[in-house]
Amino acid sequence: MSQFQKKTQITRIERFSSDIVRLTLLAPDIASIAKPGQFVMVRTGNGKEPLLRRPFSISQTSNGKHFQILFKVVGRGTSLLSHCREGEFLSILGPLGHGFTVDCQRLNCLVGGGMGIAPLLFLGKTLSRVCPENTPLVVLGARNREELEPLVQDFHELGLNVHPATDDGSLGHHGLVTDVLKKLDLGDDCEMFVCGPHPMMTAVHFFCRDRGFSCQVSMETSMACGMGACLGCIVPVKNGAYAHACSDGPVFDSKELLWQVS
Amino acid sequence: MASELNSVDLRVSIASLNLKNPVMTASGTFGYAREFEPYVNLHRLGAVVVKGISLEPRFGNPPPRIVETSCGMLNAIGLENVGVERFISEKMPALQQANVPVFVNILGDTLDEYREIASRLAGIEGVAGIEVNISCPNVKKGGVAFGTVPEMAAAVTAVVKENSTVPVMVKLSPNVTDITVIAKAVEDAGADAVSLINTLIGMAINHRSRKPALANVIGGLSGPAIKPVALRMVYQVARAVSIPVVGIGGIETAEDVLEFMLAGATAVQIGTANFVNPRASEEAVEGLARHVATESLGSIRELIGGLILP
Ligand SMILES: Cc1cc2nc3c(=O)[nH]c(=O)nc-3n(C[C@H](O)[C@H](O)[C@H](O)COP(=O)(O)OP(=O)(O)OC[C@H]3O[C@@H](n4cnc5c(N)ncnc54)[C@H](O)[C@@H]3O)c2cc1C
Ligand SMILES: Cc1cc2nc3c(=O)[nH]c(=O)nc-3n(C[C@H](O)[C@H](O)[C@H](O)COP(=O)(O)O)c2cc1C
Ligand code: FES
Repeated sequence: MSQFQKKTQITRIERFSSDIVRLTLLAPDIASIAKPGQFVMVRTGNGKEPLLRRPFSISQTSNGKHFQILFKVVGRGTSLLSHCREGEFLSILGPLGHGFTVDCQRLNCLVGGGMGIAPLLFLGKTLSRVCPENTPLVVLGARNREELEPLVQDFHELGLNVHPATDDGSLGHHGLVTDVLKKLDLGDDCEMFVCGPHPMMTAVHFFCRDRGFSCQVSMETSMACGMGACLGCIVPVKNGAYAHACSDGPVFDSKELLWQVS
Repeated sequence: MASELNSVDLRVSIASLNLKNPVMTASGTFGYAREFEPYVNLHRLGAVVVKGISLEPRFGNPPPRIVETSCGMLNAIGLENVGVERFISEKMPALQQANVPVFVNILGDTLDEYREIASRLAGIEGVAGIEVNISCPNVKKGGVAFGTVPEMAAAVTAVVKENSTVPVMVKLSPNVTDITVIAKAVEDAGADAVSLINTLIGMAINHRSRKPALANVIGGLSGPAIKPVALRMVYQVARAVSIPVVGIGGIETAEDVLEFMLAGATAVQIGTANFVNPRASEEAVEGLARHVATESLGSIRELIGGLILP
């Protein structure tokens, strides 16, 4: 398993809205081996506050040289990152964790909510390359048009058709991504790739269970190390045991995890 | 310069154990060491201390288990571990290859459990020393932590010592009124060294949800935030006992190591800093070598307890 700790240069900063930012980082070691669903741990400053690194999905790689992270400002770490400038360096650990497993023989369906859309772009790009004959379905949800539109754009550039859903109805379906899923023709051998807020992933898990679809979910937990050392990043599995999101995941077969009907 | 630094004398000893240098990694922050191989040349460290091992496997506490606090973090992992048998069969072979002294950190709910783990580990190739975590509740004594009562701390030390073939280091809890009393009790009971401090018990609350940040409600505070407390305790304990003291708490850099050594530590452990910079331990070794070279010290041992008091 190759992992690196690197000082990486920020080569591009895109501000999609007041609080959504995408950074492009120059990191050939990481970009050339990263797989969709893997993540990096980013040091958001040089001082002791905030102390811990923050996990972010690898949202896209290009030319084996650059990779991108896409994030929303929710606290101190993401706020510091949003104020970075081009040319500055960030300390990155990665690529970390186990990503998505793809099978070109099945109908692949990508389901993302909010910042959970980030790793699905990388997955969509990879699927377009490795399974050119098999166009995946893409269902993306977010709070509103402002948040969703720039992300949908990236999928359009890959030639992928997106079924959008927003909480306020400002873009696409007014409501949940699961409403959209119910209306799509998914056949009987569908593989879902899901990343988003926990309630959304829970709903998609049960949807897939009822229809007999396979479902891979990318789990978000608090993480201190990102590499299997602190044992802080657990997700409940069967029999009272736990899996570690950073090293066993973050992508899991949803059947392995415990889900609570909300 | 590199070869010059390699010849710098950083050696220290803990009882019969001679270490290349005083930098060890702290239990629970370095996994079973292999996790750090992409980042660290393990053989360049003084020693590694592995995650606490109990007699039977433990699942640990429910999530959330960790939360960041000012310049530190709280954890309530709940001592999740694979148990001593799987540790020996699954983790030890890789550690034997790593060419670094390994301390196995052990814990138990009862004296019998400590005795049993110690005897299972006795004679296992590659175990250089035992570190005894005495911050655990004694289930037979109403859940009072072994490390908070001198008699109980001494009793654990004695049973582990009796059943071990390697040096025994007892890891002290800072959650006591006078840590020197416990330190002396374990020294008298036969401890070859003491390590301190374990985490300070703390708490974090989310005022919006009105819930504790950790599912376990309380947890152990670690990181730079606890360094002044740790330094003070190392200073006091080093003056109270004559066995080696291993300093732990908020250490990130070679400068921090120097401070602990001046306070009286023979060696140190790096914990939470491994999460922030997985290379922290090896970089501390490099920094110590540079310090000894530029200060033209005969050996790093000259610094131990070298604090100049006003
Ligand atoms: C494997 C993995 C991949 C991730 N990928 C991405 C990604 O691609 N893009 C992205 O934006 N985020 C991603 N996250 C989440 C991201 O790590 C957190 O948003 C980030 O750590 C928050 O740091 P902060 O210092 O800004 O917030 P903190 O100061 O740590 O927290 C501030 C507040 O925000 C809350 N909070 C924390 N995380 C979130 C969240 N995700 N959403 C809403 N509130 C939150 C906290 O509970 C707290 O109340 C990922 C997490 C994991 C585990
Ligand atoms: C996530 C985590 C897990 C820990 N697990 C153990 C453990 O299993 N046994 C133990 O004796 N100490 C454990 N500790 C305590 C550390 O070994 C160390 O004593 C403490 O964190 C203070 O050092 P630091 O500030 O450098 O982290 C743990 C600490 C952390 C942060
Ligand atoms: S984040 Fe530390 S073990 Fe997963």
